[in-house]
This record gives sequence, structure tokens and C-alpha cells, in this order.
Amino acid sequence: MALLEIKDLHATVGDREILKGISLTVNSGEVHAIMGPNGSGKSTLAQVLAGRELYVVTGGKVIYDGKDLLAMLPEDRAREGVFLAFQYPVEIPGVSNMYFLKAALNAIRKHRGLEELDAMDFLALVKDRMNLLEMDQALLNRAVNAGFSGGEKKRNEIFQMAVLEPRLAILDETDSGLDIDALRTVAAGVNALRSPQRAMIVVTHYQRLLNYIVPDYVHVLAEGRIVKSGGKELALELEESGYAGLGIEDEEEAVGKV
Amino acid sequence: MNDSTNTIETFANQEYKWGFVTDIEADAIPRGLNEGVIRLISAKKQEPEWLLEWRLKAFRHWQTMKEPTWANVHYPPIDYQDIIYYSSPKSKKGGPKSLGEIDPELLKTYAKLGIPLKEQEILAGVAVDAVFDSVSVGTTFKEKLKAMGIIFGSFSEAVQEHPDLVRQYLGSVVPSSDNFFAALNSAVFSDGSFCYVPKGVRCPMELSTYFRINAKDTGQFERTLIVADEGAYVSYLEGCTAPMRDTNQLHAAVVELVALDNAQIKYSTVQNWYPGDKDGKGGIYNFVTKRGACRGVNSKISWTQVETGSAITWKYPSCLLMGDNSVGEFYSVALTNNWQQADTGTKMIHIGKNTTSTIVSKGISAGHGQNTYRGGVKILKSAAGARNYSQCDSLLLGDKCGAHTFPYLEVKNTSSQVEHEASTSKIGEDQIFYCRQRGISSEDAVSMIVHGFCKQVFRELPMEFAVEAQKLLGVSLEGSVG
Repeated sequence: MALLEIKDLHATVGDREILKGISLTVNSGEVHAIMGPNGSGKSTLAQVLAGRELYVVTGGKVIYDGKDLLAMLPEDRAREGVFLAFQYPVEIPGVSNMYFLKAALNAIRKHRGLEELDAMDFLALVKDRMNLLEMDQALLNRAVNAGFSGGEKKRNEIFQMAVLEPRLAILDETDSGLDIDALRTVAAGVNALRSPQRAMIVVTHYQRLLNYIVPDYVHVLAEGRIVKSGGKELALELEESGYAGLGIEDEEEAVGKV
Repeated sequence: MNDSTNTIETFANQEYKWGFVTDIEADAIPRGLNEGVIRLISAKKQEPEWLLEWRLKAFRHWQTMKEPTWANVHYPPIDYQDIIYYSSPKSKKGGPKSLGEIDPELLKTYAKLGIPLKEQEILAGVAVDAVFDSVSVGTTFKEKLKAMGIIFGSFSEAVQEHPDLVRQYLGSVVPSSDNFFAALNSAVFSDGSFCYVPKGVRCPMELSTYFRINAKDTGQFERTLIVADEGAYVSYLEGCTAPMRDTNQLHAAVVELVALDNAQIKYSTVQNWYPGDKDGKGGIYNFVTKRGACRGVNSKISWTQVETGSAITWKYPSCLLMGDNSVGEFYSVALTNNWQQADTGTKMIHIGKNTTSTIVSKGISAGHGQNTYRGGVKILKSAAGARNYSQCDSLLLGDKCGAHTFPYLEVKNTSSQVEHEASTSKIGEDQIFYCRQRGISSEDAVSMIVHGFCKQVFRELPMEFAVEAQKLLGVSLEGSVG
């Protein structure tokens, strides 16, 4: 049984339809890349899967692990193992990263009928995962994302993912705003978390990230629909000919050409 | 309305759990205020002549005063003739002699509030003086404290047993003519707590007063006086609740603190008077004057308050920093929701050399709540090398509430340093979604953010009180790791 099955998904924000019928099947162990120009609906898809109320689902369904994902509250989706690495991680002043993560982990463990981790066990887990991301321990005691650089924020997202161990990880433009060294570190962290029990959806505008996180499948999104699917070579094809090669207009490239 | 907004509203609309009424017979005097009433109160308390004169002088002065209107709060005029100025639970003559004689109904009331008055049940390390309407109904651990020379008990007892101490310090920090509400209190105050810690004694337990308004249409006018003699230390806690009633009740208290050379007083308040219902009906008017005098060198007075109750709060716990190197601190969390209004802050008056003060104020507004920080820092010419640091932060929940900040700074010399920082933030839908995406429910997300916002102040509270304060804000404790 597929871990995630998206069938003809439609979603709107305000009175604008952004997703116009997306279908996608993701099995455990697979990494799917979703590529597309700005405004194609990539981030909307990520947010809809996570349960952002800003977007209204107007049609279709999403089955996750045999359950109706769209009927679940965002926190229940998270507890069931859906993780979204945010494109723009949110700052929460006054709440330490460490405390935040412990609350999250214990909420998830409680949901799964596991005992809550005490401070010592939690600390051991966190130290282990920090090495994976080459995280500075000082970041742990600072408030969640508050005053973090762009790179630190993205690294923090993947670090949270490493601690929370989701079954489905959705990475929304995790490469944006990263320099090449940070990109390598983050990609290495993500690769270390690849496992037969875990699926990943990697949303990105550029092929660059996919040099480091090599996907099993690549889907190209344009105007709210998947217009082309293929293996990892599709990403390389895009690199060569750009979205225009597929007959897709990319605002950013269009602007670049002027 | 989306779910996050819902959560913020639910969080802001938690019900008042202390709103019950104790059915107990009360000895109350007729409503209204005149010299006769003051004489009656004084007579009921068998007060010495000088105290009656002091009250009458205050009353005469009060009659010439006008209720202040400068605060950023709005309420219909108060009819001072329609208030009952004295009410005490009826008991055997002369009040209870020991805790064992307290009316079981009263014990039940305090047990329900979580304030046990039986010493064997009490939290280790806290001595409690319980004030019910106008009188003190019992003090725990009195004998133990007495052995160390510490005087702690009701104000009325202190007047009888230690008249010289009372006379020496009463009104020495807040004169009876200080302001409208302080003058009213000086005229009609009925009871309160008195504490004296002798030279060099470090009070081994937290001293606590629990104020409860029970009777209807009654004002509570208590007076607290704490004196820490040279080198003494005392930590004092104050808590308050009242029944839910649909009329407003007046609470006009005065607190005076005196710290002599090298003495230290830590005064913590969790104020949870009935705030009124969600339409703004009823609730306590909390018009309080609190002031401490750091009279001695190296003395220190620290105010910490968590103000979550009352329909209207008007209070500015302040410090007169007279002794060289003396230190004043003010840490405050004020929460206003529904139609609550708070105008609160502090005054730090620097008089002695190298005096320092710290102000940390956290205002949380929800519903239609209006929260005002009003602070005055005054550095006199004599206060060479004085320093002040002020920080006031406001957090808004929802979009119908308000936060206001009025800092006044007055510096009369060139060797002093004054710093002021302020911020205003709002709990965003994106913050709540971020927490939920990590598995944290929206309720927990809101309380986590609110608690994070208040952490700096909660840290200053004694342990037991910190727990109570957190419960009040409906949040769970942060800081168990990291």
C-alpha cells in the first residue's frame, strides 16, 4: 500500500484556484522531487498536505497510511508522521528551541502511545542528531529561529526532522537562501535520514539541490498541474533547457532575460 | 473564524474558578462614610487615640481631594456613600485566639482556594496571614517566627501589641495625604498584615497574606506594613480572590515597605481578583498604592507582580532609593482580557548615590482588554552615578485589544545612565501553525508563547508562586530542559 496517495487534488486561496487536479503516489523509501517555476503551486501543495487553513481544498482526496489526511488536524498529521520543513521557518521569541522540540517530540510520542522522554534521554537524542547537522549547540538554547541566519533556520528545520523522525517529510524549498557549504551540510543531513521506512517530497525551483539529494522521481508542476513526471534525469533535462524547454513560462527566468 | 483565532479566544476566556461565595454571617456596619463610621471602625478595633486621630486627619484631607482621572482607565463614577466600609465574619468575641478556633466555614473557604490554614497541612516554608473581608482570620507559624524575633500577623494585633513600631513607620512611606485612594485607605483601613524582621535576621520562610473579599457591596481597604531592620531579609507573598458578582467592588489597599541598611525585601503578588464577566459586568476595582523606601545603604526592594484579575487595575509599586548603593526592582506581568483595563507600572526615585533600578514589564492584552504601562524614573541631582534599565514589552492576542506605554524619564545629573527598551508583538497565525505542524496543539502553542513571553518575570517569583502564576495563565512550565 502506498504511504501517500493524492488523487485529483484541487485547492484555492481566496477565490483563486492554485491546485487544479494533482495526482501523485508516494511509497515508503522513495524520494520525489517536485519542481516548477514560481507560482506553479509547489509550496501550496506542501502547505495543503500539512493542513494550513489558509488554503481551502475544493476537490479530490489524500490518503495517508490508509487514512483520510484532509480530515485530520494539522497537529494530528504531524503526530502521524507528516513533517514539513518550512520554506520560511517561523520565529517564536521567548520559547527555547530545546523546549519547543521536547514539547513536539513528547506530543508525538504520547500520540503513539510511547512514554514521554525525560530531560536526560532527550538531551542524549538531541546531541546525537546535532552531530548529523553540524549544529552549534548554542542554537539549542536560543529562542526558536529568533535571530537565526537564513542558513541556520534551514539547518534547524532538518535538525527538527532528525529528532522527530517522520514517515513522510516534505521539504519546501529547503535550498533557498543557502550557500553551497550550507547546502552540502543540509543535504548530507537529509541523505542520512533516507530510509526504507521513510518517504520524502522535495520541493524545489532549481535542479541544484537534486545534485545532492538524488530523487527517485521528478515531477514538474505548472499552473497547478503535474505536466511531466520521470526519473532523476528529468531534472537534468530541465537544467539544460530550462522550464521553457517544456513550454512552461517561468516568471523568474522571464525577468532574468530582460 | 479559523481555528487559531478560536484557540486564542478560548485561552483568553477561561472561566474564573474562585468566584464562589461563603455563606457566613457577617458583622457589617451600615453603608456610607462619615466621621462616625471612622470612629466606629476604630472603636471596633479598640484602637489607641493617636490612630483614630490619624484616620480622621486622613479623612478630612480626603474630603478635599478629587479622584484622579489621569489613568488610562474608564469607569462610571463611584458612589463612596454606597459602600460598606467594614465587614467581618461573625465569630466568638474578640476573634479567634488560635487557628483551632476559626469558623469551619472559613477554613473550608481557604481550603477551596488552596490556602490551608492548618499548620500541619501547610506548604512547608510558607507562613500565611489570611484576611477575609475586613479582618485577619488567622496567621500560621506565628510562634515559630516569634522565637526569632520576627513579628508577623494582622495589622490590628500589631496596633495592640507593638504600637510604637506601628506608630513609627505607619504612613512614613505613603503619607495619608499621598493620593485620593491612599487617603481613603488611611481613613477606613480595617486590617492587613504587619511584619517586622529584626536586625540581622534572615526570615527562614516565605511570609504570605491571602486576601479574600466575600461580603457583597463591601470595600476592602487593607494596609500592609513591612519593616526590615539592618541586615534583615524577608520574602513576602500576596494573593487575592473574590466572588463573582455583577456589581463592582472597590479594593483600595496601601502597602508600605521600609528597608534599613543592608536589608532586603522581596514582595511578590499574584493578583486574581474577580475580573468581571465576559461582557465587562462586575469585577473588582483594584486601586492600590504600593511603595517601598530603601532608607539604608545597600538596601534592596524588589517588587514582582502577576496581575491577572480585577476589572480595573491602577497600581504602581514604587521604590524610593534613598540609601547609597540601594537597589530597586520591578518585574510585572499584567494580563487583561474581555473588558479588563490595567494601568500599571512603577516609579523609581533615585536619591542616593550609585543607586540602581531595573524595570521589566510584560503586558498581555486579549479580548477587548486595555493594558497600559506607566512608569516614572526620576534621578535627582544627589543621585550621582545612578543607573536605570527599563524594558516594557506588550503581547497582543487578537485584534480588539490594546497596549499603551507611557514611560517618563527625568534625569537631573550628568553622571547617570538610563536605558529604555520597548516592544510590541502579536501571536501570529503562522506561529501557531508552525507549532501545530510539529505536533503541538494550538492551546499548548498559545500557552507556550505566552509563557515564553513572561518567563523573565516568572523567574523572579518564589517557586510555589511561580507555579500558581503559571496555572493562572494556563501554561505549562518551560525550562525543565536547557
